[in-house]
Amino acid sequence: MITSDLTAERIREYLKEGKRFDGRKLDEFREIVVETGVSKNAEGSARVKLGKTEVVVGVKMDVSEPYADSKDEGNLMVTAEFLPLSSPRLDLGPQPFESLELARVIDRGIRESHYIDLKKLCIEEGKKVWTVMIDIYTINDDGNLLDAAGLGAVAALKDARIPGYNEETGKTKFGEWTDKKVALTKEVPISLTVHKIGDSFVVDPTKEEEDISETRVTICSYNGIVHSMQKGNSKELSTEEFNKVLDLIEKTEREIIKQVEKI
Amino acid sequence: MTEFKRPDGRKVNELRKITAKVGVVPNADGSAIFGFGDTVAIAAVYGPKKMHPQHAQNPEKGTLRCTYNMLSFSVTERIRPGPSRRSQEISKITEWALQPVVMIDEYANQVVDVHINVLQANASTRCAGINAAAMALAQAGIPMKSLVSSVSIGKLDKQLVTDLIKEEEDWEEGEGPTDIPITLTGDGKISHIQLDGKISIKQLREAVKLAEGAYQQIHDAQVKALKEAASSEQEIQASSAKNVGGEEKK
Repeated sequence: MITSDLTAERIREYLKEGKRFDGRKLDEFREIVVETGVSKNAEGSARVKLGKTEVVVGVKMDVSEPYADSKDEGNLMVTAEFLPLSSPRLDLGPQPFESLELARVIDRGIRESHYIDLKKLCIEEGKKVWTVMIDIYTINDDGNLLDAAGLGAVAALKDARIPGYNEETGKTKFGEWTDKKVALTKEVPISLTVHKIGDSFVVDPTKEEEDISETRVTICSYNGIVHSMQKGNSKELSTEEFNKVLDLIEKTEREIIKQVEKI
Repeated sequence: MTEFKRPDGRKVNELRKITAKVGVVPNADGSAIFGFGDTVAIAAVYGPKKMHPQHAQNPEKGTLRCTYNMLSFSVTERIRPGPSRRSQEISKITEWALQPVVMIDEYANQVVDVHINVLQANASTRCAGINAAAMALAQAGIPMKSLVSSVSIGKLDKQLVTDLIKEEEDWEEGEGPTDIPITLTGDGKISHIQLDGKISIKQLREAVKLAEGAYQQIHDAQVKALKEAASSEQEIQASSAKNVGGEEKK
């Protein structure tokens, strides 16, 4: 199941010649499929497929108190769960670190880009605001869950409508929706991860490729403006290599933005 | 262009005063304290020692395990003691930052534990923690290719600056704050980089160059502290050797 040394060697040889097992170029994504409205009771939801990788993302909202340092802003919460149904490598029990990391990386991308106009989610300053909860679940892990989740979060947010609010009780009317959408800004947090395998740099790795990735850099950006970044795994990168990563991000970002604009 | 004013009067590429000291936890195999101004982190290394629980053992090579923790009173508003999602992530990031230089492959089934605690926080705590950890590992005699040195590069509105303080992390003017903690190894490679904020890819490339500039000063402070500790250790050894020699004469 875990990529064998022999396969790993072959993958690296292929990459050196600019080839991949599935015929893609190094800077090419698998087929991207985005569907919204996949779960009726959610405020917003989406399913994203990158080849065989699949995630579902749901947005739920509830009324709560604002944080002391943002009294006139709604709250944002992102969680991720790697479901045991999505991979033979996952077991019941505590979540792997990658699940926590994924949620935090997606959270920072959305937060730092101010994609959600949180000020518009204030009901009564200092007392009542909407909390937006974005929950990410893996359905099938064939690599690059991070970028799939990022795309899924954006799609689910675009799909989300604000639930009803009972002004007398100050509570959410669950199961009732207004026709208002969650206010979003133009700065879409596009999550893109570049992996280093041998001396090659690739995007959207399959699980096989991801297994032998030595390091990865995830960047949330929009039109060349970076809002968050995280380097994962322990292999170091020289400055030239880091600049190559940035080149690759600049090059592939366009494609993904096109996909997002279609949602 | 007028000179950019930082709240604490530093130049744009000026680090806060560095404090670095080795051997601060007598019980540990290696330990160090590292501070950027008011941000102070203490790190202690235990091991290599047998990995517990047993199922976490790696029979192929040794394991580096880092734990980052903020003391509840290290910030203005008390934080709940114990691990948080943030601290778990920083622990892992710290491991990744150090792994490229730590050579513990031969310690199969064993673990080198690095415990990092932030005593006082005024931004850049993960950088201070990583710097302290590198020194503590070196003092513990863990084989290393080099030290690592970590610094946060910031962008306040449009201006790049070195070593952010809290007040700057909350920058409200113009494009607001961007925080980019970066860790470099001895051969100038990036073993850790993160970013929060808003910055163009072009300026991000410049930020990495700026980190390279700060690297040397941090590295020098780390080395100086390690050398001081080593020479005082030698003195103790020399004087105790003399005493032993004196007894033999009798």
